[in-house]
Amino acid sequence: MIEAAHLSKRFGAIEAVRDVSFVARDGEITGMLGANGAGKSTCLRMLYGVLTPDSGRACIDGIDIRGETSKARAHLGVLPHAAGLYGNLTARENIHYFGSLQGIAGDPLRSRTAELTRILGMESFIERRAKGFSQGQRIKVALARALVHDPGNIVLDEPTNGLDVMAIRNLRDMLLALKAQGRCVLFSSHVMQEVAALCDRVVIIGHGEVLADATVQSIRDRSGAASLEEAFLQVLGDTAGVS
Amino acid sequence: MRALFIVFRKEFLENLRDRRTLLSALLLGPLFGPLLFGLMVSRMLNQSVVESDEPLRLTISGAENAPGLTRYLEARGVKLSKANLSENEARAAVRGGSAHVVLIIPKEYGPRFTAAAPAPVLLVADSADSQTRKSADRARVILGGYANGIAQLRLQARGVNPLLAVPVAVNDVDVATPTGRAVVVLGFMTYFVLFAVLMGGLYLAIDSTAGERERGSLEALLSLPAARSSLVGGKILATCAYMCISLALSLTAFVCVFRFVPLEKLGMSANLNARTALIFFAVCLPFVPLGAALMTFVASFTRSYREAQTYLTAVLLVPTLPIAFASIYSLKTKSSLMFIPSLSHHLLMTSVLKDEAVAPLDVWVSAAASLAVALVLMVLTARHWRRETMLG
Repeated sequence: MIEAAHLSKRFGAIEAVRDVSFVARDGEITGMLGANGAGKSTCLRMLYGVLTPDSGRACIDGIDIRGETSKARAHLGVLPHAAGLYGNLTARENIHYFGSLQGIAGDPLRSRTAELTRILGMESFIERRAKGFSQGQRIKVALARALVHDPGNIVLDEPTNGLDVMAIRNLRDMLLALKAQGRCVLFSSHVMQEVAALCDRVVIIGHGEVLADATVQSIRDRSGAASLEEAFLQVLGDTAGVS
Repeated sequence: MRALFIVFRKEFLENLRDRRTLLSALLLGPLFGPLLFGLMVSRMLNQSVVESDEPLRLTISGAENAPGLTRYLEARGVKLSKANLSENEARAAVRGGSAHVVLIIPKEYGPRFTAAAPAPVLLVADSADSQTRKSADRARVILGGYANGIAQLRLQARGVNPLLAVPVAVNDVDVATPTGRAVVVLGFMTYFVLFAVLMGGLYLAIDSTAGERERGSLEALLSLPAARSSLVGGKILATCAYMCISLALSLTAFVCVFRFVPLEKLGMSANLNARTALIFFAVCLPFVPLGAALMTFVASFTRSYREAQTYLTAVLLVPTLPIAFASIYSLKTKSSLMFIPSLSHHLLMTSVLKDEAVAPLDVWVSAAASLAVALVLMVLTARHWRRETMLG
């Protein structure tokens, strides 16, 4: 479970995030929807502890990310916006590097990598160097890297960016599988259809504030709009830029 | 500590597979200096050795006007080729390169010589060409010898002691020892050694910082439970490892090159053998973490590979500054100078080359100063990595 409580962050004169609170529950996929520059990445970065909030706190499974960073991070897998690989290492070595930095080694690391290779369908390129990987192969390795320590919570920052249709479908299946395993999945996106198709709950962010935090169904019901798209647009109001 | 070792191993392995790193760390850095140096020195030495051994070649015009001088020149081993050139033709011949040095003896030489008046000869040479300038100098010395001999004979014939015309006798005393003389030539070798040390870690320092950011793996790395200081420590350690390899290769190459450089021909001896190479390695070892920390520190602030390259090229020149000062002010090894890294390394290596006694305290001070600066830089780097701005 990922909890954000009254998170605020400013960069100089810009107030990037203002009093953001929400909860992403286990066994659910929570989508964070917002335009580019709405504060999604800043929010997520505070959740996985690379940014320090000016006020408020973030907890992973009840552990404060600022207080016990390492312990909290052991419960958390992160796929950042920029999820580059080490080109001179093979897919396996990329995954092992992150695994060993998570404190896993030896047989558990090997069997976990084998498991992820099977689940994510990486058999054909697991021993190849990452230099010439396609966008889809890259995202698989990056996801495996984020999941290598078997975390209960996964944060993904715009994971579908730059992926083709097939790769997006693959990713969607993977997220659904993670949800079925009872994990807490939180991902950000500026694509409305993606969120609508995949998420149980949506947190809509505009200008650094939470505009709505509800199930997809309740947003639709509350706005009384015919389609989900219109419902979202009503919530977002003048926040343009969501496609 | 475990994380530090994991990062070290990964950086070491990854860069072992990178052609650019290998080329600069294990080939260009360590071999560039010794090869260039060996070529330069042996060419320099060959030239001066060959020139003094070779007979002087002179084109002589109007030899029949001065049979005595001609015989004297031939007796001194000068290879004369006779020609019949006017002054302008001689100028053109020298300028065009068909003749090196032309000696013109005009018609009035004979009469004036007999009349004991100064007899003119023309020596045509191009002083901008170092080769012909040397030949002209040698010709001038031989002609001066002839003139001196004639002068003494004339004085004797008139009953005057020729020694009256030699009021001062200058005797050159050169105290340079063979190794001391070689140090002038070997002086800037120390820079090549420090250059090789830095080159060895250059690309790893870039790749592990700016490269990490550019390929987009930095944020994922920073969201791991490992301490930032361990990440930085592992990266600096891997950089150090490559720098040590580069240093060892460079010194080996220098030892090999000096086997083939004919320094002895100039009465010099290079005190560079396996033993001194080992001492050099030990002396330079504290410079390794300093260089690694400095390069990692600078590269941590850059946004891209290209930017890091630009700044680190400047870092490569930093060790030249103290060495340049040392040669301008011809500084000698002094304990107070051991606090300045790179200068202390230069002075210590030079002392070893000169076969001078090196005070152990100086070596320790030099090492301690380098390591202290390295430590400060490492702490600063780790602190920068803990900042939020590191994400970019």
